[in-house]
Formats: sequence, structure tokens, C-alpha cells
Amino acid sequence: MKSAAISRRDFVKNTTGLVIGFSLLGSHLHAAGLGEHSEFNGSPLPTALDSWLVVGSDGVITVFTSKVDLGTGVLTALSQVMAEELDVSFQRIHMITGDTAQTIDQSQTSGSRTLHKAGPQLRQAAAAGRHELLKLAAVRLDAPVEKLTVNDGVVSVIDNPATSISYWKLLGGKRFDVTITATGTAAEMKVAPEITPKNPKDYRIVGTSIPRIDLPAKFIGEFQYSQDVRIPGMLHGRVIRPEHSIARLVSVDENSIKDIPGIVKVVKEDHFVGIVGTTEWSAIRASQQLKVEWSNPDAKLPATRDDLYSYLQKTKPFKEQPVANRGDFDSALARSSRVFEATYHWPFHMHGMIGPSCAVADVRDGKATVWAGSQGTHRTRKAVADLLRVPENNVRIVYAEGSGCYGRLCADDVAEDAALLSRAVGKPVRVQWMRHEEHAWEPKGSAQLMTVRAGVDPQGKITAWDFTDRYFPYTAGPGIPLLASTQTGLTPNSPGFPGNGYEYGTTGGGDVYAFENQRINCPVIPWMQNAMSHLRTCNLRAPGAVGRAFASESFIDEVAFHTGVDALQFRLRSPRNQERTGEILLAAAKQAGWIERPSPAPANGNSDTCVGRGVAISDRDGAIVAAVAEVEVEKSTGKVKVKRVTVAHDCGLIANPDGLKNQIEGNVVQGVSRTLFEEVHFDENGVTNLDWDSYRTIRFEDVPEIDIVLINRPELGFLGAGEASIIPVPSAIANAVFDATGARVRDIPLTPERVLSTLQKIESRT
Amino acid sequence: MSRISLTVNGKVRAVDVDPATPLLYVLRNELQLNGPKFGCGLSQCGACTVLAEGRTVRSCSVSVSSMQNRKITTLEGLGSSAHPGFLQSAFVEEQAAQCGYCANGMIMTAQALLDRNANPSDAEIKQALNANLCRCGTHVRILRAVQRAAQERNQKGRV
Repeated sequence: MKSAAISRRDFVKNTTGLVIGFSLLGSHLHAAGLGEHSEFNGSPLPTALDSWLVVGSDGVITVFTSKVDLGTGVLTALSQVMAEELDVSFQRIHMITGDTAQTIDQSQTSGSRTLHKAGPQLRQAAAAGRHELLKLAAVRLDAPVEKLTVNDGVVSVIDNPATSISYWKLLGGKRFDVTITATGTAAEMKVAPEITPKNPKDYRIVGTSIPRIDLPAKFIGEFQYSQDVRIPGMLHGRVIRPEHSIARLVSVDENSIKDIPGIVKVVKEDHFVGIVGTTEWSAIRASQQLKVEWSNPDAKLPATRDDLYSYLQKTKPFKEQPVANRGDFDSALARSSRVFEATYHWPFHMHGMIGPSCAVADVRDGKATVWAGSQGTHRTRKAVADLLRVPENNVRIVYAEGSGCYGRLCADDVAEDAALLSRAVGKPVRVQWMRHEEHAWEPKGSAQLMTVRAGVDPQGKITAWDFTDRYFPYTAGPGIPLLASTQTGLTPNSPGFPGNGYEYGTTGGGDVYAFENQRINCPVIPWMQNAMSHLRTCNLRAPGAVGRAFASESFIDEVAFHTGVDALQFRLRSPRNQERTGEILLAAAKQAGWIERPSPAPANGNSDTCVGRGVAISDRDGAIVAAVAEVEVEKSTGKVKVKRVTVAHDCGLIANPDGLKNQIEGNVVQGVSRTLFEEVHFDENGVTNLDWDSYRTIRFEDVPEIDIVLINRPELGFLGAGEASIIPVPSAIANAVFDATGARVRDIPLTPERVLSTLQKIESRT
Repeated sequence: MSRISLTVNGKVRAVDVDPATPLLYVLRNELQLNGPKFGCGLSQCGACTVLAEGRTVRSCSVSVSSMQNRKITTLEGLGSSAHPGFLQSAFVEEQAAQCGYCANGMIMTAQALLDRNANPSDAEIKQALNANLCRCGTHVRILRAVQRAAQERNQKGRV
């Protein structure tokens, strides 16, 4: 099979001194058989240096990591980290990613943690590799290690450059056979901590805008996505699921598809139904035509939005999650001169992957190989092994990139679907979901119900802060069986599935501030843990934090308004958790041309179009972002247009400035989309917006100008940038809408109807 | 099953398929052309876009039999690793993607636009691409790439 990480060298085009390659890199067979890797032998040992990197005799260094590129370009950044530490040119690094047979589990790719957590692990493995290579060179060149220098993998003696030898002459095609220190597991694993890495001030590759290694192949149709994996003898499958959530199989009428040629098998396993055909079209047609009777749903979903929030409000949480408990909120509130309170609603959102989930599985003789675009192939291996009731070591998951993934999607579900169908026919089967299936069954980002109360002293300073976010745990998270597993009888109480759901991060409820008396709590509300449903939940980019920041940063503006203070000044005067926050706020404000005045903005004459600006700040694991949004609101219709978003971004050490800007732009655009347009609609049976017309996302006409200020702090190391900058976007926009119109909309999305009705309420009061 | 003759990227190709099969599945599965992608099957997202006689077609929603006498161009037909097309080069220069799944539709739609309007305004580019969805939010870069492609093509006097 062709490697997905093609496209680096040979041709090409030299722009700004950087090589942008279109041609294929060729295969990297040199790595095979050298590392601690074999097809069905469990995971490689973290303590073997050979598990992390292999020096090929062709001068290519192959690096093995469970971290994957979800379309963000992070593999380019990780390659920079490896090249930097090894002192080789960037083009020499080749990454093998997410293959469970070849990579150590460094945890799934999520939470902006790839550079943050796996970056140092890989850097230390590279530093250990360089250390060993220098020891070998010292012997060969008869010089002490301190007298050696490395330039693009060629080791030479400092005073005698003619005496030199390359890494690949030293080790090419051979194993290190060296044991290194590796303690802890997954994201918290500490790799070779005793080796001192390069000082960031000496970096030449990290911190430069090296072009993405994957893009040239993507633009000529040669990149292999999971959707493009083809293996010999492969058949095509589709799965038929109940139209409504939570229903059981009653019967299947195989005669109903008798007229469709090319059907290999109708697969029934407990409540799972699928089709395997010789062509994709035959499988699709059959899946649409097959008559399947399902039971009435075992349980009903909330029928309306109001029912949903009422359920969130009234249901006893199975877990409280106090985040910050500082001082004494109750007595501080009692002492305060004014008290404010507001409630905010955040809807279910879709991940909305453009390419529906796809996997190819080859299950034969109790062993399975599955190609899938999973965020965490080691996690998927366990799910598939449990589903097939085989030992984990009998399953190999090979990562193949899907389309942009902003949380756990259905890559795991479709991997299970393909595995069941392949087992049933004894041949490789490819399954891709249809659009309505993706919209219906992708696990959604949770709805949230947030209430904020604050007490203010006579000087207008917040002295008491109470924030509550009532939300659902991941019900498609670790410990919960996926769709096919559920349909074939695995339950959360089955062996290996202990979970109630997984409660996630708690950032964004005002924790950027350090109020004297502060309470932040994120109670987790039970949510259909035992049933498959269209409203399954899982992580969606900066999970929970985007909604919480929408509430807390909107509320800060509400208090600023009531106390007559400029929104930026109010934030600068409030006690903040991190010193850097003030500088970042000021950087955004300066770039945006912020003019100090209280909100709302003075009326724009009799014009129907009002303009306004809003600011917000967030902190995700130390990555701090300030956003200023500028909007136009059409008063007669309530239509909001975001004209410009300015972001000041501090995520510590910057690996690749252009890659970072690409991430920030994407966060802003997705943030605008989720703020203005997106909401999952449902009735008691399931999701009702099952296509792109009914689940509208941003289009070119809606995209704002984006202005970015990058703040580089090498001394802080990598803090993660995949999702930090979406967090302040919705609140900055909502604050700008208030600034423009005086209408405070506390429900996302800010639809024209909602803005208009809020405007009408204000007008009816005045 | 019927034998259907297609002209794709300048070559005549014969396939044995159900004539009602959407063109997309034939391009991908019979001809191994991975440029066009399945996104929605509903003509809503643009990921499957190809050109027929120079005009954009959503290949998920037209039958292969209806395309028999038309010259079809896919992403692969615009250039190769050795000779990338001017839009493909501009997309690399501007690093105009994240996951890149939508890129096929963006490039094909932009090709059709620039072939009929060598100097489109920003508004015209946005209008042409408005029905192409991108979830990663790379719209700003895509716009820049199309602008760059138009300028470079005009400077070189290429047709």
C-alpha cells in the first residue's frame, strides 16, 4: 500500500528557501523489520529506543508515534521537533503514525495535547537517539563527544571538519539495541528524562513556517485518506440502522432486495443489520431498499429544546465537579451592593465532518486488520477486539486520515461496522456512512445549561462569582460500547465496559479570573448511558469550554455594562489567574483598534445597520487567547454579520507560525459558524436535521476578515493550539452584538429570529 | 450492467456498470481516481465536483450514463506531481487546506470560474465557491489561493 505520508522530496519548487514537494517520497521499506514492530505482536516497548526511531541506510529517519494528523498539520510540526533535536534536515524525517502494531500508545490525538504532551516525549527519544549516535561517532572518529558537531546528520570533529561520518554510515539499517528510560503511560509517559535536550534558543527548524508535508499530495488527488483505502478482493458494505433512536430489530425481509444484483450477503447479528455487495452502488441501493422492521423506541428523547433544558435543570447530577472554590461566596454575595444573575443556553452541536466516516476491515481466522481515521487507534483496537471477542493482540488498527476531525467521531463506529461485515463474509469490506447517517449518529457536542451569579462592591468590582454548568458526559466515550457493540449485546456493564460516561474538562467558567470569592461547578447530568441514540455525546473541539466561556465572558460584559465600564478595562481591572492575560488582552485590543467606551455603542443615526465590537479571553491549559469581534447587525431582520475577528494568541513555544495561523483561522471560522448558525434539531425520536441544508454551517459569504497576533514564549514550551482559539469567539461575537444593538442574546446560535425577538423585547420596554 | 464509455482526463475509458450509478462511484471505484470525494451524495457540499465540458458537475448526483458523451476532467486531470496545475501550485503556496477533503471541490470549482473569468473579483470568487463547504475553516486561504492563481496565470499569459 502506498504510504499516506507521501510527497516530500525530489521536485520542486523553492519558495522562501523551503522546498515544497509534489512528487512521491517513495516507500520506506527500510524501516520494516528494524524496530520493535511486528504485525500482531501487541505494542512496541517504550523502553526500546528502536521503538521510537530507525535510522535508514538511505539517510531517512523514520519516527513512530501513535499521534496522528487529523488534518491540522501537526505531523509537520512533530517532524520539525524531531529534525531539530536530531540535527538533521526536515526532509529526512518520515513519520509512521497510529499503527497499533508499530507505535507506542501515547494516548489519543485530542485536546490540543499532541505538541504539548507527545512533543516532549518524541523530542526526548530523538535526544536519546542523537546521544547514542554521538557515542558511536566518538569511537569511529576517535574524538570525545564534546568535540563533535552535527550538521544534517553528518557528525564531524569541531576542529577537523574533514573527519566526519554520517548517522546512516554509523547505524543505517541496524538497530540501536539500546534501552532508555520510560516511566508512566500514555500522555503522562516520561521518556528519557535524563537526557538534556537542545536549548530552544538554538532552534533553527522549530519556529519556522515549513510547508505542510501532506498538502501537495492532497491537491493532486494522490493522498490516501481512509476513504481511499483499497485492498485486493475488497467488497463494499453499508449498515442499516433504525430511523429512530433506541430501537430493536424485529425482522428483515431479504426478498425486498432480490432485484438488486451484486449482493453478497445480508448480515444480521443480534440487532445489527448490514449489507455487503460487490459494488458500492449495489450496497447503497440495497441499504436503501431493504425492508427492516424495528421496534418502537425503548425510550424517548426530550421532544423539544425546552424539554432538554428543563431536563438539564431538574435532573440530579451523578457527579458534582467543583473546579474553583475560593473564599466564601455566600457571605460575599450577601455583603455585595449589587447582585446580577443570568442563564445561558448552549445547544447540541455536530462535528460535521465533510467526509462521512469510512473504514476498511479485513477479518479472517480470528485476526483483524482495520484501516480507519480514528483519533486513538489503540482505543479503537480495544473496541474492535471486544466486539469480535478476540484478544487485543489479534487486532491491528492502521491509521488512515479521514476528513477534518474535531473530536471523537464515528471513525471508531465505522471500524466496528466494517469489522462485523468483514467477519460475516470472510473478505475485506469497506464501509462509508452516508450523509444522513453521519448527521444522525455522530456523537454530538453536549448541550449545556449555564447559570452565573455575581456580587459587586460599591466600586463596581466583582467580589463574589458563582458559575454552574450543567452538562452531559461523553456517552460515546471510553467505557461505553459503540453502536455495533451495543447492537450485538455489549453493555456498559459488560466486562471491559465499566463506564457511566466520561466527564471532561472544566475550563471556561470564569477561571481566567481570580475573584476573591469564587465558585465554579460543572455538575454532570446522566444521559442515556445504556442506549444508542442520535444524541450520544462526545468531545467536540475544546469540549465544554466554548460554551462555558460564552456564558462567563458574556456575563462579564453584562456586569461591565451595568457598572458603566468599558469591557476591556473591566477585564484588565479584574484579578486574573495569569499575569500574561493582561498583555494578551492589550495585544488584541491594540491590533483591533479598540477605543475605550462603555457598551452599547452610540446609535448609528437612523440606519438599519448597527456596528459593534466585543472582546473575550480564555485560558486552555495555559494557552491564552484574546479575541475581539466586530459585527454588523441589521436591526429590521436581526441578521448578524461578523466583519472582522482579531486574535492575540499565546500558546508558549511556537513550532510553526504559519501552521499555527492556519489553526487559529480555522478555529475562528468554525467559532463563527457555531455561534451564528449551528444547532442540532431533534424530536423525541431523534435528530431532524440530517443534511447540510438543515444543519447549516458557515459559507464563504459569512467568513470574516481575520487578524492574528502571535506571541511566542519559548521558555514555556508547547502549550497546545488545536482548540484554544475557538473558546473566546462566541462570547466576543455575542458581546459585539450587544454593543451594536443593546440586545443581550444568551442562547446560541445567534439566529436572526433570536436577535430580532430580543431587540423587540427591548423596544417594547422603552 | 452495461458497457459505458467515458472520456476522462483526455482518455477514453470503458466500464461495465449499472448505468444509474452516480458518476462519483465509477470515477473512484472503477477508475481509481481519488480526487473527487464522497461528502453528501446530495449536491450540497461540493467535495465530489468534477468538470464536464469545463462546467462544474456534482458527480455524486449525476448518473454515469448521462456523462457518456461529455469530456470529464477530475482533479488528477489538472496536474500531477511532476506538472502541477496552476491552481494546485497556488493552493500549496498559500497552504490553503487543513484536512484537504474539500480541496478537490474548491480547486475544480475555481478552475471552472477562472476558465470563464480570468480576473474575478473577491465577491465573484466567494460567490462561485459559496456552495462548497469547508469544515476546517480554511476559507481565507482558499480565497487567497484562487486570487494568486488568477494573477500568476494572467502574468504568464497561460490560457
